[in-house]
Amino acid sequence: MMKKELGLFLLLAVISAITGAINPAFLSWVNLLNMANLIGLFGVFALGEGLVIITGGIDLSLGSMFALLGVVFIDLLTTYEIFWPFALLLVLLAGLALGAIQGFLITRLKMQPFIVTLCGLLIYRGAARYYTSDSTRGFGYGDEASTLSNIASGNIAGIPNTFIFLIILALILGVLLHRSVYGRWLYAVGKNEEAARFSGISTNIVIATAYIISGGLAGVSTVLFVFYTNSVSPSSFGNFYELYAIAAAVLGGCSLRGGEGSILGIVLGTALLQVLQNLVNILGIPNSLNFAVMGTVILVGVLADQQLQARRRRKAALAGLARTTPKPTLGQGNQNTSVRGATALPTSTGDHA
Amino acid sequence: MAETLLELSGISKTYPGIRALDDVSLRVCRGEVVGLIGENGAGKSTLMRVLAGVIAPSEGVIRIGGNDHARMTVSEATQAGIAFVHQELNLFENLDVAANVFIGREKLAGGPLKLVDNAEMRARVMPLLERLGADFTPSTLVDNLSIAERQMVEIAKALSIDARVIIMDEPTSSLTISETERLLEVIADLKAHGISVIYISHRLGEIMTCADRVVVLRDGRTVGELARDELSHAAMIRLMIGRDLKALYTPPKQSPQPGGCEIAGVATTAFPDRQINLSVRRGEILGLAGLVGAGRTSLARAVFGIDPLLGGEIRIDNAPVGVASPRDAIRQGIYLVPEDRKKSGLVLELPIRENVTLASLLDYVRMWLVNGAAERKVAKEQARRLSIKAPSIDMEVVTLSGGNQQKVVLGKWLSMQPRVMFFDEPTRGIDVGAKSEIYALMRNLADQGVAIVMISSDMEEVIGVSDRVAVMHEGSVSGVLEREQFSEYNVLRLAVGQTLETMEAAAS
Repeated sequence: MMKKELGLFLLLAVISAITGAINPAFLSWVNLLNMANLIGLFGVFALGEGLVIITGGIDLSLGSMFALLGVVFIDLLTTYEIFWPFALLLVLLAGLALGAIQGFLITRLKMQPFIVTLCGLLIYRGAARYYTSDSTRGFGYGDEASTLSNIASGNIAGIPNTFIFLIILALILGVLLHRSVYGRWLYAVGKNEEAARFSGISTNIVIATAYIISGGLAGVSTVLFVFYTNSVSPSSFGNFYELYAIAAAVLGGCSLRGGEGSILGIVLGTALLQVLQNLVNILGIPNSLNFAVMGTVILVGVLADQQLQARRRRKAALAGLARTTPKPTLGQGNQNTSVRGATALPTSTGDHA
Repeated sequence: MAETLLELSGISKTYPGIRALDDVSLRVCRGEVVGLIGENGAGKSTLMRVLAGVIAPSEGVIRIGGNDHARMTVSEATQAGIAFVHQELNLFENLDVAANVFIGREKLAGGPLKLVDNAEMRARVMPLLERLGADFTPSTLVDNLSIAERQMVEIAKALSIDARVIIMDEPTSSLTISETERLLEVIADLKAHGISVIYISHRLGEIMTCADRVVVLRDGRTVGELARDELSHAAMIRLMIGRDLKALYTPPKQSPQPGGCEIAGVATTAFPDRQINLSVRRGEILGLAGLVGAGRTSLARAVFGIDPLLGGEIRIDNAPVGVASPRDAIRQGIYLVPEDRKKSGLVLELPIRENVTLASLLDYVRMWLVNGAAERKVAKEQARRLSIKAPSIDMEVVTLSGGNQQKVVLGKWLSMQPRVMFFDEPTRGIDVGAKSEIYALMRNLADQGVAIVMISSDMEEVIGVSDRVAVMHEGSVSGVLEREQFSEYNVLRLAVGQTLETMEAAAS
């Protein structure tokens, strides 16, 4: 299972080494810390997106959620002058609530995740723009939330708090996903929802919970981004960010068919994306090629991973055949002919190992 | 004798280790309705697939219009005028009737773009529908048609390719009585126009009505042919059965104990207007026989909480239990080993260990986290008890044989406390050795006081393993047989909807 993550880590290391060799500025402390900050910012909601993708779903609404929750958050602090811990809590709850609504629509009303979250993307963005009359919201000259601002954009021993937060969050979610009952259910539901249901798992709750976690993390990310940019322009804040999250999850080994992926993989995927963006700048590649570079790397990465997996499976199958008495297997079509006794045929060879 | 349209002679089909068809011959004359009957798995569908060109026979000759073929392709079969009206209709619901009739051979308008000529197709389909007495138009969306009407579309499609032989596989299984009558009228009309029909059905009454001749298959062989004046229920059933049953039966260690599971007046989504009454005692294996589609699986799904219960009550040891979801059922000790283990029983890409504990994971939890050691212990225990053959419990289930996969499904339930277990076709696709292991396990469970319901379409299994057999017919239980009444004859009588009383009356 760790093979994927190891491969991704090596890719990350090789790219970093080459970039560093061409331009040593890439490995400078300042640049590394800057990247760490961005990895922290983008990693938090990528993890939520990853959980959703493991259920076999998708969340397209994240970027717009940032805009809506962002303007609300700033308004709570500046216009309504609410004490910052309450504002933080409200934004977090709002994120959880939006996730819960999406989860409800997807599991209870059986709507497709793509449609539900696409509509979310449109609705939240529209709501944010209407709420602010399309004007940028920012902090005044007061110190509305200087404590929180210091926490969100500060650092400990030079290491950005966002990055530290991501590491802590990844550890928690890693335990949740890889060691807890919920995590086990999440993979089972993502791989085969019907078998999970036949095993007594409340699949609707498992899936909805993933959307709720994703919404909650979107709330957290909103606050981190707000203090990173210090203002929110509702028409552009968070644009395309959901796609970064999806890209990171897919690079990190999540399959859009569900049931695959790991926390470490998603973090490494996020890191790789940020390194690529940074590399475009630092190697003097025209900035307009930014997206093209990212797209190419994801395409090649996923393709290579698929080819390697197929090769490994062929090898395993061959090894399995060599271990056991070779026996022809029935095709799927033939199994359905319901011939008496044909059902007595072994469909695989493991019995005689 | 009328002109022979089609003749199959000496057709055999061998799969590794099994002869699905063995020297089968079938002749169809012009304007003749041939009934094809046999038990579940007698080889009817395989034979028809050979005829339709879907599978190639291992031996034998297919003679059509004087030409011999060793095998046919689908397009050759179509060209030869063989058309299929499928058991599960193969229509595109999102297209209209005319588009379905001409699917794959659309009429094109002239001009450089070669667009589809809908008007032309509709004009051509119209007379076909009129001929069949259909009251929908060629531009009706198939989605809006009833199953009977969709069947008319299939038949119209057959007519549009100038079919000379139309194969109908269980055409009436989802039709109402009046719809069935209309279909039989259509068949009579086809016959009058010189079109032959091969009519496959479990419903012997329909066969009696429409067939000119009946061919009976059993275990892949032609075991008899009845002319029109020889047709009777008794004669047909006698030919369909009649095989020595191997002794599979192990009697229970003790007589069944009181208590167990009672299903009282339950209605399922498959047959909302029928009621099912059934009881299975602790310590016994109740075989649940019936033809495919008789509502057995729907019953198991309803009792296990997958489908809603549309009335009635389930009682365990005389106490009513509510099963709104599989979770409720599992909490009550009602477990289901589903029919399709790959789809509903297992998460194939997960290891044996995780599949075994999938339903009981909350029992192996310490401080919210999965207790790996306890989990491994349970999985190992089940692997040993069920002798699951795999190098380790961390192997993905997908790599196992059918028999071992089924054992993993069993392990999932046996690691908990079963009270009532439903086995839906527990040995389908499993080799002989693993089959007898599974029978032994079921007996063992019964001896421990579990009430067991075994749904099976394998007559040998039903008669060989069960302590009692309940037979279902079209959504309700048509009779329950005690061991001394066990015979394929009796099971089949009940399965086709006849009662034991009439059978006994007929015998005396």
